[in-house]
Amino acid sequence: MKEKNIILQANNIEKYFYDPVKFQVLRRLSFTSYQGEFLTLVGKSGSGKSTLLYCLSTMDTDYSGEIFIDGVKTNNLKSDQLANLRNHSIGFVFQFHYLLPEFSCLKNVMIPAMKLGKYNLKEIEERAYQKLEILGLKDQALKPASKLSGGQQQRVSIARALINDPKIIMCDEPTGNLDTKNTQIVFDIFKQLTQQGNQTIIAVTHDVDFAKRSDRTIELTDGEITATTKNFEVLL
Amino acid sequence: MKNTNLEIAFTHIITRKRQTLVAALGVLVGVGIYLFMNSLSAGFSDFSRDEIFKNSAHIKIFKDDQISVPFYQSKDKNELAIINNPQILAENKTLLNPSVLLKNVLNEPYITNAVMQVDFSAFYNKGTAQVKGTSNGVDILAYSDMYNTAKYMVAGSINDLPGNLNGIIIGSGIASKLSLGLNDNLVVSSSLGITKTMKIVGIFKTGSSTSDNQRSFVNIATAQQFLKQNPSYVSTVFANTPDPDKSKDFAKRLQQITAYKVEDWTVTNADLVAGDKTRSTMMGAISLSILLVASFGIYNILSATISQKINDIAILKAIGFTGGDVIKIFVVEALIMGIIGTIAGLIFGGILIFIMQNVYMGGPVGYFPITFEPQIFATSAVLGILITLCAGYFPAKKAANVDPVSIFRK
Repeated sequence: MKEKNIILQANNIEKYFYDPVKFQVLRRLSFTSYQGEFLTLVGKSGSGKSTLLYCLSTMDTDYSGEIFIDGVKTNNLKSDQLANLRNHSIGFVFQFHYLLPEFSCLKNVMIPAMKLGKYNLKEIEERAYQKLEILGLKDQALKPASKLSGGQQQRVSIARALINDPKIIMCDEPTGNLDTKNTQIVFDIFKQLTQQGNQTIIAVTHDVDFAKRSDRTIELTDGEITATTKNFEVLL
Repeated sequence: MKNTNLEIAFTHIITRKRQTLVAALGVLVGVGIYLFMNSLSAGFSDFSRDEIFKNSAHIKIFKDDQISVPFYQSKDKNELAIINNPQILAENKTLLNPSVLLKNVLNEPYITNAVMQVDFSAFYNKGTAQVKGTSNGVDILAYSDMYNTAKYMVAGSINDLPGNLNGIIIGSGIASKLSLGLNDNLVVSSSLGITKTMKIVGIFKTGSSTSDNQRSFVNIATAQQFLKQNPSYVSTVFANTPDPDKSKDFAKRLQQITAYKVEDWTVTNADLVAGDKTRSTMMGAISLSILLVASFGIYNILSATISQKINDIAILKAIGFTGGDVIKIFVVEALIMGIIGTIAGLIFGGILIFIMQNVYMGGPVGYFPITFEPQIFATSAVLGILITLCAGYFPAKKAANVDPVSIFRK
C-alpha cells in the first residue's frame, strides 16, 4: 500500500466569467490529489471541469482561493516563477498535440528539458529517446513532427510532457481526437506512469470508459463537485 | 536556457526563408538608400566646402570697423545730450606690425598655414577694353601652400611672381576677354588712380567663373603701391587650421593673442553653411523615412508569423517559457532579418555610390563628388539594426502577452 503524499491541493476555488454576462463557473471547489494517483475530472460541457484544470495548471490565475502544488502556494508567485514551476513540475497533454511543426519529434520532446537546463544536451537527447521508446516511437524520432499520424503525434506530445519527470501531468481530453486503439495505448501509458513513476495524472475527459478505469473520478456539475468515485483502491 | 530560444528562432527563420528574405529585402532597400542618400549629401557638402576653401581661409584676421562714440555722454535725463551722428571711423584699415602678427599666428600649434594679404579693386585694361576685378597682393608661394593655386595654373608658373614687382598672375577669364597670353603686357589701374603696366607671368583657371573672370595675384609691395600705402600696410591675415569643423574654437583661441577681429569661415560664409545644413537635414529626413517604411516590412512579417504561430507560442508558454523568452525568440528573428538586410543594404548602397562616382556631372563639379565614408556606413548599419529591433519588439511583446488558456480552450 502506498503512502498518501498530497501533491496538489485546491481550497475554495471560485471563478467568474464576465463575458458576455457575469457568471460563476467554479463554486468554492476544494479537493486534494495524491502522489501516484490517476485522477479524472468529468462533467457535462460547461460544468467547469476544463476551467478548473486551467486554474490548477497555473496558466489561469484569475480565480480566488488557494492552490498548492507540491506544497508550494501558487497564488503568490509571479508569472515567470509560475512558468518555471510548470517547466519542472507539470507536464501538459491536450486534445490537440501542439507540437512545433518545424522541429523533429525528438527536438519537440527535448525543448522543455533544454528550457529547464538541468542536463546537458547529450543527456537530454538520451532521455528524450528513452521517453519516445516508452511510447513506442523511437524509430520516428528524427521525423518532422508534422509527418506523423494523429495518434503518433499525441504520443510524442505525451513524451514531451514526461521529459522533465514532472510530479503532475495535466491532460485536457487527451484521447479526444484518438481512435480506440490509440486511446487504449495512451491509457496504458498513463496507468503505467502512475503505478511505476509515482507521477500524478489529472485528466479532464468526457470518455466515460476512460474515466471509469482511472483510480478516482471527480464529477463536476455547474461548478460544484457532485460526486467523487474511487474506482480502484490503489490509494489507502 | 538562452540557447533554446536562439535555436527556436533560427529554426523559424530557416523554415520560413521566403518571409525572411522579403523582410530582409525591405531592410536592404531602406539601409541602402539611407546610406546612398547620406553619402550623396555628405559628398556634395564636402565638395561645396572645398569650393569655399579654394578662395577663402578657415580664419580671417582683420581690423573691424569701429563706430565713433560721442566725446561726452549725458549722465542723466536732466542733462542735455550732445547730438551726434555715430558712424564708422575713417581710420586706416592697416594691421599694425603685420609680420609679427603673422609670426605669432603661425606659432600657434593649431595653425597650419597663414598669409598676409593686401587686396585692391583693379581695372584690367587693354586698349579701350576694360575688365573690372580684384587683385590680391600676396606672398604667392605661401598662398599656394594654403589654397593650392599652383594646381590651377594653366600657363606660366607661380614661381615667376615673387620678386617681380611688375609681374601679375591673372584668371583665365580675364586673359580670354582681353585676348592676352603669357608674357603679354597688361595695364592695371586701381580705384586710387595708380596705373601700372604689368607683365603676365601666369594664368590660372579654377573653374569658378567669378574667380577666373576677376581675380589676379601680384606681390604685396605692388598692391601697396596701387593703394598708395606704405610698405607695412597689410589689411588682412588669413589662416588655416587642421580641421575646418573646429575652426570656430580655434578662432576663439586665436582671438586671445590679437586685438584685431578674428572671424572663422562659418561666419563669413553663414549663408552657405546654413544651405548645407538645410540640405543634409532634408536628405536625412527623406532617407530616414524610407528606412522607417522598410521597418514596417519586418513589423508586418513578424506580426503575421506570430498570428500563424499562436499555437506554438501557447504551448511554449505552457511548458515553461516565460514572456521574456517569447520576446527574445521573436526579437532574435527580427534581428536576423535586420542583420541580413543591413549587410546586403550596405553592399547595395556601396554599389550605388560606386556607380554615382562614375557619373559625370560636367562643369567645375566633374564626376559626382561622392565618397565611401566609413562613418556613414557605420550610422546606416546601426540605424538599420536599431529600427529592426524596434519593429521586432512590438509584435514580440504581443506574442509574449498571448494567453495560452484562450488558445487551448478553442
